[in-house]
Amino acid sequence: MTPRRKRLYAVLAILAGVSAAVVLAVVAFEDNLLYFYNPTQVMAGEAPMGRSFRVGGMVTQGSVQRSAGSLEVRFVVTDFRHSIIVRYDGLLPDLFREGQGIIAHGRLTESGEFRADEVLAKHDENYMPPEVAESLQAPAESGG
Amino acid sequence: MIPEIGHFALILALLLAIAQTLFGLGGAARRHAGWMAAGRSAVAGQFVFTALAFGALTWAFVQRDFSVLYVATNSNSELPLLYRIAAVWGGHEGSLLLWALALAGWSLAVTAFSRSLEAPFRSRVIGILGFISIGFLLFMIATSNPFQRLVPPAPDGNDLNPLLQDFALAVHPPILYLGYVGFAVAFSFACATLLEGRLDAGWARWTRPWTLAAWMFLTVGIALGSWWAYYELGWGGWWFWDPVENASFMPWLAGTALIHSLAVTEKRGLFKSWTLLLAVTAFSLSLLGTFLVRSGVLISVHAFATDPARGVFVLAFLATVVLGALLLYAWRAPRLKSAAGFEISSRESFLLFNNAFLVAALGLILLGTLYPLFMDALRLGKISVGPPYFELVFLVPMLPLLALLGVGMHAAWKRGTLAGKRRRLVLLALSALAAALVAGAAVYGELRPLTTIGFMLALWVIGSAILELVQRLRGRQALSGAVLGMVIAHFGLGLAALGITGVQSFRIEKDVALGVGETATIAGYDFRLAALRDVRGPNFVGVEADVLVAKDGRAVTTLRPQKRLYHSGGNPMTEAGIEVGAARDLFAALGEDLGQGRWSLRIQYKPLIRYIWLGALLIALGGGVAAFDRRYRRAAEARESAAATAGASG
Repeated sequence: MTPRRKRLYAVLAILAGVSAAVVLAVVAFEDNLLYFYNPTQVMAGEAPMGRSFRVGGMVTQGSVQRSAGSLEVRFVVTDFRHSIIVRYDGLLPDLFREGQGIIAHGRLTESGEFRADEVLAKHDENYMPPEVAESLQAPAESGG
Repeated sequence: MIPEIGHFALILALLLAIAQTLFGLGGAARRHAGWMAAGRSAVAGQFVFTALAFGALTWAFVQRDFSVLYVATNSNSELPLLYRIAAVWGGHEGSLLLWALALAGWSLAVTAFSRSLEAPFRSRVIGILGFISIGFLLFMIATSNPFQRLVPPAPDGNDLNPLLQDFALAVHPPILYLGYVGFAVAFSFACATLLEGRLDAGWARWTRPWTLAAWMFLTVGIALGSWWAYYELGWGGWWFWDPVENASFMPWLAGTALIHSLAVTEKRGLFKSWTLLLAVTAFSLSLLGTFLVRSGVLISVHAFATDPARGVFVLAFLATVVLGALLLYAWRAPRLKSAAGFEISSRESFLLFNNAFLVAALGLILLGTLYPLFMDALRLGKISVGPPYFELVFLVPMLPLLALLGVGMHAAWKRGTLAGKRRRLVLLALSALAAALVAGAAVYGELRPLTTIGFMLALWVIGSAILELVQRLRGRQALSGAVLGMVIAHFGLGLAALGITGVQSFRIEKDVALGVGETATIAGYDFRLAALRDVRGPNFVGVEADVLVAKDGRAVTTLRPQKRLYHSGGNPMTEAGIEVGAARDLFAALGEDLGQGRWSLRIQYKPLIRYIWLGALLIALGGGVAAFDRRYRRAAEARESAAATAGASG
C-alpha cells in the first residue's frame, strides 16, 4: 500500500466512524430527550400523551395523601395558576415536603393525572430546581 | 484578624501570580535569565501565600469563627473537627481556594523538578501556569471571597450540608481537584511547546509522568465520588450520568486518551500534534467542568452557586484559555510533523483506535451534557437527556475498545505481526467466552447477549493482562514501571467491566412497605424488618431499623439503615445499611413512616458492585506505578548532569 492509499483508507475509516457516531447519537437522542413542563403547560395540552416527560412545581400545602401503611401517595403540584395531581408508588426523596419545589418524571394518564415513576426534590434548603424557580416567577412577571 | 490576614495573603498571591506570568513568559521571550529566575521565585511565593490563605480559612473553621460569612454558612458549633476541616471545601468559595492551592502546589512541584529542562521552555511553562492561577485567584477575590465578614457575627452556624458529612466526601474534593488541576501541567507543557514551535522526543517523556500522576488522582477522585453516591445519597446507584459527574468524567476520558497517545509520541515520535491537542482538550474540559459546577447553570446537587456574575466570569476565563490555546494550536501545530509510518496491526494503530473510541465516547457525552444548556439558552424548551442515552453512547465505543485492548497490549511497536502470540490470544478469547457463558448460565441462571458480551470482554481483558505479565516474566524481559503499570491498570479495567456488567445485568431494587416482623424477598434473600429504635449522634437524632437478612432460612446479616434529622436543618437524611460481599452487596435504606406502624424501605441486591471501585483503584495504582517508572527519573538526572557539565565548561 502506498502512503497516499493508506491515508485515503484512514480518512474513509474516520468518516465511517464519525457518521456511525452521529447516527447513533441522533437515534439515542430522539428516544431519551426529556422535556420539562409546568402544570399550566400540561393543562393547556402542550405536554405529550403516551410519552415520558418531567413536570415541576410546588407541592401544594396539605395535598399529600397516603393510603395508610402503603407506598401509594398522591399530591398536587402547582405553579400557582394551575395544578396537577401526581400519583407515585415508591420512596419519596428525603427532601420532599409540602410547600417545596419538586420535579416528577413520568407520564400523563387518560384521566389527566400524572403517574410518576421518579420524584426529585431540591437538594438543600437554599436550592430550588431552576426550572421550578423560573416557572414560579413567570406568572408574576407576565402579570397573569 | 486571622481572616483579614487570609484575605490579604490571597491578594498577595494574585500579585505574585501576575509576576509569575509576566516574568515567566517575558523572560523566555527576551532570554533574560534574571526575569526567568524571578518567575520561578514567584511560584514559591504564590504557593506560600495561597497556602497561608487556606490555612487562615481552616483556622477560622477550627476556631468556629462565625463572624466569617462562609464559616457561618458551612459549619456549626456541634460539627465534629474532621468535618469542620472538610467544610473548608464544602462550599463554593472554599472549593475555589482549594482549586487555587492545588494549582499552586502543582506549579511548585513542576518548578522544583524541572531543572533539567531548557531554561526558556521551563520559564514558559511557569508563565502559563501563572496565567491560570491569575484567573482563579481573580475570580475568588472579585466574586467569591471566602473571608467576607458577617456583621453582626452569627451566634451559631448553619451547619455543613449533612450530605457532605462523610469521610469519602471529605477527601473526595481534594483528590479530584489534584487530578483536575494536574492536567494544567500537561496543558502548560503543550502551550509552551506550541509557543516554541518545536517538539523533541524529550517532551513526551517529560509530560508523561505528570499527566499520569494527575490522571491517577482524577481516577481515585471519581471512584470516591461514585462510592459516596452509592451509600450516602441513599439510592444505591453508583453512576447517574449527572452533568457534574460527566464534568469530571470527560477530562478523565481525554486524559486517558492523552496518556495513551503520549506513549506513542514518546516511543515512536508519532501523533505529535494530536497529543498536543489532547493535552489542551483535557485541561479545557477540566475548566469546562469547573464552569458547569461553579456557575450554577446545572440542576444538580453540586451546583451551589447561583450568582450570574460568577458564571460570566468563569465563562469568559474559560473562553480566553481554551480559544487562546486552540488558536495557538492552529497557528503552530502544522510545524510539527510526524515522519515515521507504521503497520496496521502494530501497537501504534491499536493506540490510535483506543484514542478514536475514547474521543468518540467523550464527544457524545459532551453533546448530551451541553445540549440541554444550549436549548435552554436559546429558549427552545427545557429538556434533559436521560441516562439511557449516555449508557448507549458510552457502551458502543467501549465494547470494541475492550476487544482491541486485549490484542493491542501484545502487539509490538511498528511491526505488523503478533509474533507467535496469535494462537494464545485465540485460546484466551475462547476461554473468556466459555467462562462468560458458564457464569451467566450457572451463577445467575440467565443468558443475555449483552451480559455475555460484557462478561466475555471483561475476562478477556483480565486474562490478556495476566498473559502479558506472565510472558514478560517467563521471557526474563525487564519489567519497567510503565509496563507493570499498564498491566495493573488494564487488569483493573477488566475488573471494573466485570462489576459493571454484573450490576447492570442482575441488580434488583425494590421499594417496599414493611411493618415490624414483616418480610420482603429479592433474589432469594428474605429481608425482615425486626426492630425500630431511636438513635442519637453528635449533631443529629434519628431512627434505626434492624433488618435481618436470611437466605434459605439461614441468617446472613443484619442491616442497620438509619433516618437522621440534623439539629441544624429540618431535612431528614438517609444512611443506608449495607452488607459488603465479594459476590454481592445487600442494601437497605429507610424511607419514611407510612402510618399504621409501617415504614417504606428500599431493598437492593447488587451483584459484583465492589469490583467497579476495586477496578478503579487498580487503574489508578497502575497510573501511579507508570508515573514512577525509573526511566523518567534517569532521563532527568542524565540531562541534569549534562547541563551541569555544560555549565561548568562554559
